[in-house]
Amino acid sequence: MKVLVPVKRVIDYNVKVRVKADQTGVDLANVKMSMNPFDEIAVEEAVRLKEKGKASEVIAVSIGPAQASETIRTALAMGADRGILVKTEGEVEPLAVAKILKAICEAEQPGLVIAGKQAIDDDANQTGQMLAALLGWPQATFAHRLELGETSAKVEREIDGGLQTVQVTLPAVITTDLRLNEPRYASLPNIMKAKKKPIDEKTPAEYGVDAAPRLKVLKVSEPLGRQGGVKVKTVAEFVAKLRDIGAL
Amino acid sequence: MATLVIAEHDNRILKDATAKTVTAASQLGAGVHILVAGQNCGAVAEAAAKLAYVEKVLVADDALYAKTVAETMEALILSLADKYDAILAPETANGKNYLPRVAAKLDTPQISEIVKVIAPDTFERPIYAGNAIQTVQAGTGKKVISVRSTAFKAAEQTGSAAIEKVAAAADPGTSKFIGEELSKSERPELTSAKIVISGGRGLQSAENFKLLEKIADKLHAAVGASRAAVDAGFVPNEYQVGQTGKVVAPDLYIAVGISGAIQHLAGMKDSKVIAAINKDEEAPIFQIADVGLVADLFTAIPEMAEELTKLGT
Repeated sequence: MKVLVPVKRVIDYNVKVRVKADQTGVDLANVKMSMNPFDEIAVEEAVRLKEKGKASEVIAVSIGPAQASETIRTALAMGADRGILVKTEGEVEPLAVAKILKAICEAEQPGLVIAGKQAIDDDANQTGQMLAALLGWPQATFAHRLELGETSAKVEREIDGGLQTVQVTLPAVITTDLRLNEPRYASLPNIMKAKKKPIDEKTPAEYGVDAAPRLKVLKVSEPLGRQGGVKVKTVAEFVAKLRDIGAL
Repeated sequence: MATLVIAEHDNRILKDATAKTVTAASQLGAGVHILVAGQNCGAVAEAAAKLAYVEKVLVADDALYAKTVAETMEALILSLADKYDAILAPETANGKNYLPRVAAKLDTPQISEIVKVIAPDTFERPIYAGNAIQTVQAGTGKKVISVRSTAFKAAEQTGSAAIEKVAAAADPGTSKFIGEELSKSERPELTSAKIVISGGRGLQSAENFKLLEKIADKLHAAVGASRAAVDAGFVPNEYQVGQTGKVVAPDLYIAVGISGAIQHLAGMKDSKVIAAINKDEEAPIFQIADVGLVADLFTAIPEMAEELTKLGT
């Protein structure tokens, strides 16, 4: 079975994001970019399935600017077999991403799509669910543990009160939560090998998708700042201060 | 046309997040209807009918909805969607699970986790873990919106809406609920507690979280944790507060042994008062804490327990 893994190029999670002075967005100039951390977990899970002989091929897909090919290379270095880069300019909303991925799924016929549960830039948490709905497939979001069978998958999911187990028929979309696995670092030989793996370049138009945003971003602003207050040295002072301000 | 709010509940109790989502829905300027999908969920429907702004409660009472499964919820909501301009759900694990499916099938972009209604078609939502706020305007067509419930006040219980039955939708049959392990706790829920006390890597072990629990019980507080503490296995995943865990905004948030990574701050920085205990004076948490105690938590926490006992709490 083929496994498809969408990967997104985002601002590295360690970077302190700065809002542009003209409020048109956040400053991406000279900022370190990386693969969305949840997508790394997705790649890792897919590669492990291949290593266990449960997946025949792992395909990494990225929808974004030309530099997103670097994100695909990272996935290839981790063990994915080939890549598809769908080149776009500017922001692409989750619905458009899901439509492109749907077209790719129809062409590639994967048995499983493993996606990150959310991207840490727009924090939308939509793409996997939208893709599943458009394909008419079941989904298991926020996966904590995945047990893949021949015709179905059993997935333990992180939910508000604890853990929930669902069984979904294949093909299905799984989205990853933090504790599904710990992604590997690519070794130098694998990084070298990844350079030879193929990446197909496509456009949204080739898949018949209009990737233009449908929502209008009026502005992006700084959140209201919060100032630190007092620092105290003893527990008595700490409790007294909290009582003073009415918090206890 | 009216606005539809999807209720979050466990067949017995209507969750607070629903009442808060109703407030957000009321700001869209149209009448508010609530959909309660469950099994033997009459008490929930009655609670929903009492909420202010609510004109009608729709109840789909069927074994199919005993547990909230994304595929069956999608089918049910779509069967009702024609009559509504906007569909809102709280940003709970359930809401996050089914709502994007509805948006995709309605071919409308979802607006996730709004924190403010500027106009009936314009909303504020946090991006980049709350380090930026996006003001976004919906296009024409239906609006599908998830609501960060901590950003809205709960609708009061001053209503008396009619309750109407709706038919279950067909079961797509592709997904099956197998079971769940829910943590049992006498303490209030993390997302609706007035006081939250959270522990981080500094706690060093699961055993040491009991120190926090003692304080929590004195204060009727919920216990939370940073990602580091959850990853280390000190507490289960449902304790996690942060960008990808739960977002809380209690009256008082006490961070113990938490350094204050931006991903954690994203989940608690809208708390009314933030207090922090950390032995590292340079910990970033102190930059946003209203009251900071620079001390070793293993001496400070037992002392705090004594102090609270003295005060009779």
